[in-house]
Amino acid sequence: MIEVTNLKKVFGPIRAVDGVSFTVNQGDVLGFIGPNGAGKTTTMRMIACLTRPNEGTARINGHDILKDSLGVRKSIGYLPENTPLYGEMTTISFLGFVCEIRGLVGAEKVREIERVVQVCSLSEVLYQTIETLSKGYRKRVGLALTLIGDPPVLILDDPTAGLDPNQKRDVRRLINNMASYKAIIVSTHILEELDAICNRSIVIHRGRIVADGTPAEFREQGGGRIDDFFEAVTRGRE
Amino acid sequence: MMNTALVVMKRELRGYFTTPLAYVFLFVFLFFANFMTFRSPFFEARQADLRVFFDLLPVLFLFLVPAIGMKLWAEERKSGTIEVLFSLPVTVGRAVMGKFIAAWLFIAVALLLTFPMVITVNYLGSPDNWVIAAGYIGGLLLAGCYLAVSMFCSSITANPVVSFILSVVICSLFVFADYPSVLLVLESFLSAAMLEAVENLSFVLHFESLRRGVIEFRDMAFYVLFITGWVLATAVWINGRREAG
Repeated sequence: MIEVTNLKKVFGPIRAVDGVSFTVNQGDVLGFIGPNGAGKTTTMRMIACLTRPNEGTARINGHDILKDSLGVRKSIGYLPENTPLYGEMTTISFLGFVCEIRGLVGAEKVREIERVVQVCSLSEVLYQTIETLSKGYRKRVGLALTLIGDPPVLILDDPTAGLDPNQKRDVRRLINNMASYKAIIVSTHILEELDAICNRSIVIHRGRIVADGTPAEFREQGGGRIDDFFEAVTRGRE
Repeated sequence: MMNTALVVMKRELRGYFTTPLAYVFLFVFLFFANFMTFRSPFFEARQADLRVFFDLLPVLFLFLVPAIGMKLWAEERKSGTIEVLFSLPVTVGRAVMGKFIAAWLFIAVALLLTFPMVITVNYLGSPDNWVIAAGYIGGLLLAGCYLAVSMFCSSITANPVVSFILSVVICSLFVFADYPSVLLVLESFLSAAMLEAVENLSFVLHFESLRRGVIEFRDMAFYVLFITGWVLATAVWINGRREAG
């Protein structure tokens, strides 16, 4: 469902992403890990058509990011880093806005809002403005945003950042529940998260993929500890 | 399927009324419009028309329209919501259109709310209401010009204040382009043809005949081209930025 071929992105002298290729199929949850500034967010933004690669391309659900940006965006639910949302809107009007942009109106819109509100447990804050919500709720509104219209591909940039342990667990559970019928990419800093939600992961460092495998394989190579493995592949190359 | 430009417009318009911005704008605009109109020798002139009000518009808009336009894109960029907007299936062109029309409609509402003035002059005398209608059409087009410039300025910076100042400066160039004192300075180094070209860029010059009730093709063409040009420039700029960064 997601085929990424040799993506490259240059910002001035910096090679932010330098030839990244991978595929994610339906039922896969791919964990994207790497140090800060490794190129995770840039890669995800290119896949979501928010910035254009200097080289390479990607196909999402059969749509090319360079040729059919609208088709790609119809197939993707994207959660940006730090969950920027329209603070002055209420939860329900924001979700309604997203529904309408995705072409859901009338009864369909009502049904879809009901569905995502239930999935993300938002019923308590429906009529609250987003700027007054706690971090956990904001994140959940962000997740609800990505689920509207049930896109087959989800790209979630650090969905558990800033959440407390219970909220983290909720988000992970949510992702696990959808894993079987979607292709999902999740970026994270937290190594334990790989075990909890991903069946595959990629370590990205200085714009390149330095490791690709299952969390279990990583642990094995790190002599039982994922963080040892992570340090070896990201520090060893400095 | 509902047009995405319309969805963006609806969201934007609603946004105005959920923040104090709309009410502050309406209050300030209506206060100054009425105060300045009736404070001027309006009654002494003993003429039932809205000439004074329409004379006032170019200067009143100069500060108020950029206040509406400044947030259109700058705020989206500053808060990062532009990422959310463009991760959804909406084209840049439609988003730009939606936002522009929302802001323009809002200013149209502000203009409409000056209707007590029309009632007043009709009560005091018998004005030519066609002239007044033409003046309003001109006022709306004039506002569109300021707004198009402001929206462009808003798209090139993530700072609403910078965007405001930039739009006031650029708009004032177009407002004062046909002022005798400006032309006098330009005369010293521009040829006559270029001087005329500069003069023709003035918002006020093109507002002149509309204000007197004459709808001329060249004025309409100027407004349409001017607004389309700046709106297109905004779309091109945002698209370019998306590709780069």
